[in-house]
Amino acid sequence: MAVEVATQKIRWGELEEDDEGDLDFLLPPRVVSGPDENGFKKVVEYRFDDKGNKVKVTRTFRVRKIARARLSKSAIERRSWPKFGDAVQEDVGARLTMVSTEEIVLERPRAPGSKAEEPSASGDPLASKSGAVLMVCRTCGKKGDHWTSKCPYKDLAPQTEAFVDRPPTADGSGPPGGAVKGAYVPPSMRSGAVDRVGHDMRRRNDENSVRVTNLSEDTREPDLLELFRTFGPVSRVYVAVDQKTGASRGFGFVNFVHREDAEKAISKLNGYGYDNLILRVEWATPRPN
Amino acid sequence: MRPILMKGHERPLTFLRYNRDGDLLFSCAKDHTPNVWFADNGDRLGTYSGHNGAVWSCDVSRDSTRLITGSADQTAKLWDVQTGAELFTFRFDAPARSVEFAIGDGLAVITTDNFMGNVPTAQVKRIADDPDDQSEESLLVISGIKGRINRAVWGPLNRTIITAGEDATIRIWDTETGTCLNESDKEQGHQKTITSLSKSADWSHFLTGSLDKSAKLWDTRTLTLIKTYVTERPVNAVDISPLLDHVVIGGGQDAMNVTMTDRRAGKFEAKFFHKILQEEIGGVKGHFGPINALAFNPDGRSFSSGGEDGYVRLHHFDSDYFNIKI
Repeated sequence: MAVEVATQKIRWGELEEDDEGDLDFLLPPRVVSGPDENGFKKVVEYRFDDKGNKVKVTRTFRVRKIARARLSKSAIERRSWPKFGDAVQEDVGARLTMVSTEEIVLERPRAPGSKAEEPSASGDPLASKSGAVLMVCRTCGKKGDHWTSKCPYKDLAPQTEAFVDRPPTADGSGPPGGAVKGAYVPPSMRSGAVDRVGHDMRRRNDENSVRVTNLSEDTREPDLLELFRTFGPVSRVYVAVDQKTGASRGFGFVNFVHREDAEKAISKLNGYGYDNLILRVEWATPRPN
Repeated sequence: MRPILMKGHERPLTFLRYNRDGDLLFSCAKDHTPNVWFADNGDRLGTYSGHNGAVWSCDVSRDSTRLITGSADQTAKLWDVQTGAELFTFRFDAPARSVEFAIGDGLAVITTDNFMGNVPTAQVKRIADDPDDQSEESLLVISGIKGRINRAVWGPLNRTIITAGEDATIRIWDTETGTCLNESDKEQGHQKTITSLSKSADWSHFLTGSLDKSAKLWDTRTLTLIKTYVTERPVNAVDISPLLDHVVIGGGQDAMNVTMTDRRAGKFEAKFFHKILQEEIGGVKGHFGPINALAFNPDGRSFSSGGEDGYVRLHHFDSDYFNIKI
C-alpha cells in the first residue's frame, strides 16, 4: 500500500493567506495528475501572491512506497483505529514523526566485492595515513617536520653516517649496493662509484658555522645576513621555517668564510638584544647520529 | 535510506517490539508511557499511560489485542492494544524487567529484579482470555539466579524458559518443574552482563548481546555456541533478520561517558553482520547516544532502533540492501 509522503493537511504557513480577502473563487480549480509509473504526481494550483497577481503553482511530488507490506485483514482494520492516549491531542505542529533529512547509507566496512584484508598484514598501513608521524628526517631525526631531502641540517650531517637509520638489511651487512632488492641506492653509493667528493665539501661547510637561536618570528634570512655581515664575509645564511605555517621556527645558521670572523660574531652577538629578544649565538655542533 | 525519526519519548528508549503482522511498533522508554506507532510511516497511534516508572520491556499478543509491559514501578500491566485501556496490573515487590507472552498467549513470563534484598525471579503467570478472570497468582517461580535477569523468553512449545542476565550465564529452565536443565559454558559464553536476547523467526536459535563487546548465537535446544560476532562496543541490543542471514547488533559506550568523548568514538551505529560468515556487512549511523533497542520488522524489510537519545529511528531498507554480496 502506498503512503504519500506529502501530507494533505493544511500547514499554518498556508493558512495565513486567507485574510487577503476571499478572491479564491476566481481561481481555476486544483488539478492533480498522476501518479505515473515513476511515482511522480503533479499538482497544479492557482493562487494570488502578495501583489494580487494570479500565480500558477505547479508542484511535483514523488510518491514512493515506504513499506512493501502485504497487510493482513486485521492490519488494515488497525489502520483505521482511532488514536488514543497522548496521540489524540497531537497536532500537526508537534512533528513527533519526521523523515530524516539526511540520507543514511549502510556503510560497508570495505568496498563491496573486495576481499577482507588482514589488518596490519602489510607492514604498518595505519602509519601511512598519518603522514606526520611517518615523516622522519633521517639526517636530524626530527619527526613530522620535513623530509630528509629538505633537512636544514643535511649539509652539516656527515654523509657517511646518514644511512645509519636505514633498515638493518641495508645497513652494516655487506656493501650498500648489494643484495637489497628493490631498495633505491643513489648512484654515488653504488658499487664502483667514484669516491665521494661531497664529503670534503660538507666538512668545510661544517666549520665556521654559527647557530643562532632565540630569533624573533619576523626574522628572515636577509635580516640575519645584515646582522652578521659586519663581522666578515658570510657564505650562507639559513633560518629554519616551519613547513606548514611558514613562520620562522626561531633559529638559524650562519656560515662564515673565516673562522676568526665567526668567533668574533659569537663573542659580540651572544646575548645581544635583537628584536626584543636576546640572541643566543654559539658554534653549531654537528649533530651526532 | 531515509530513516523516519520518532520522538515520542522524553527519556532513553529501552525496548522495541513489532507485532506479528509487522504493522505496529511498540516502544518502551524510561519515561512512563509506552507508545505504539504505525510501522510503515511512523505515525503515532497511541500511548499507554498508567505506569509510574521506567518501562523496561513489552510484548504483544499474536493477534495484536493485548500488550504486556514490565516496569520499574514494580508492576507489570496488561493493556488493550486498540484503546490503550489498562486491563490488569501484576504487582511485585521488585521492578519487573522482562516480559513475554508464551505461544498461544495463555501464559506470560515476567522477571523481577534483585532489589532491596529480594532475589531475582522469573515468574510464569496465566493470562486469562477475559481480563475480569485474571489473577495475580504465579504458576511457577524460577529463582536461584544470582544477578539480575535481563531477559527471559519462552523456548519451543512453551516447554522451556531461557534466561540471561548479569551473571553472564544463559540458563534453560523446565517450565513444568522449574528446574535448570542447561547452562551455558563458562569458557565459551559471555564474560560480562548479557543485555539482550533475541530469538530467530523459527526459534531454533537465538542471539545474545553482552557488555563484553560481543554477540553470540546459540542453539535453543542444546545451548551450544554456534557463532560469535565481535564488535568494538558494549552490546545493548541485538536482533536476527527474519528474511536474510543477517544479524544486527547495537550498542555503544557506556551512557555515562557519552558526553566526554567525540560522537564518533561512541560507536553508536547499528552494525550488521552476516549470520553465518560472521563478517561485518555494514553499519547504520544516526543515533546520538548508545542504541538500547533494536527490532527487525517481521517481514525483514525494515528495522527500527531506539537510542539513549530518546529517538526511535525507523529504517526501511533500500533495494540494494537485499542484494548485498559478501
